[in-house]
Amino acid sequence: MSSVQTAAQQEEPLDLIRYQLDEMVFVKLRGAREMKGKLQGYDSHCNMVLSDATEFIYGDRKEDVKVKESEMVFVRGDSIILISPIEE
Amino acid sequence: MLFFSFFKTLVDQEVVVELKNDIEIKGTLKSVDQYLNLKLDNISTVNEEKYPHLKAVKTLFVRGSTVRYVHLSANSVDCTLLQDASRREAMAQAGK
Repeated sequence: MSSVQTAAQQEEPLDLIRYQLDEMVFVKLRGAREMKGKLQGYDSHCNMVLSDATEFIYGDRKEDVKVKESEMVFVRGDSIILISPIEE
Repeated sequence: MLFFSFFKTLVDQEVVVELKNDIEIKGTLKSVDQYLNLKLDNISTVNEEKYPHLKAVKTLFVRGSTVRYVHLSANSVDCTLLQDASRREAMAQAGK
């Protein structure tokens, strides 16, 4: 019984993401891509929805960066490498 | 299950699905299942000059695992509802 309670209170890695709901996050993705946007939703697979998102696609050279904007985007979790809060 | 329900609310909306092989398909979302496989109707490829393979295709099924992004219109999403649903799902997961 007590082990069940401690399991519920234990901080999990994904809790960091929960605190970022409605906040700006930085997401690093597979295929030399990064995305910044406001986190609107996520699940345990790291699937997520970002609003007012900006995607950066990096090329071979430092200066080839392609920038794409999207007002609302669902990102499939299997492409995600890391998620970080943006300090403003 | 959260995003399964989320996509069910987007049925009949116009979406742009970007696949992991860079093909972008615009179409009407017709159905979704638990794997987030999607069925799209009236499709067109956004970058058609580069990917003309789907010119003759009207309806298609996309395996969920090949999807990179699904671009949506902002007014088709209730942000507060989605945030609350995410918190509820996180609580349910923690309780397991």
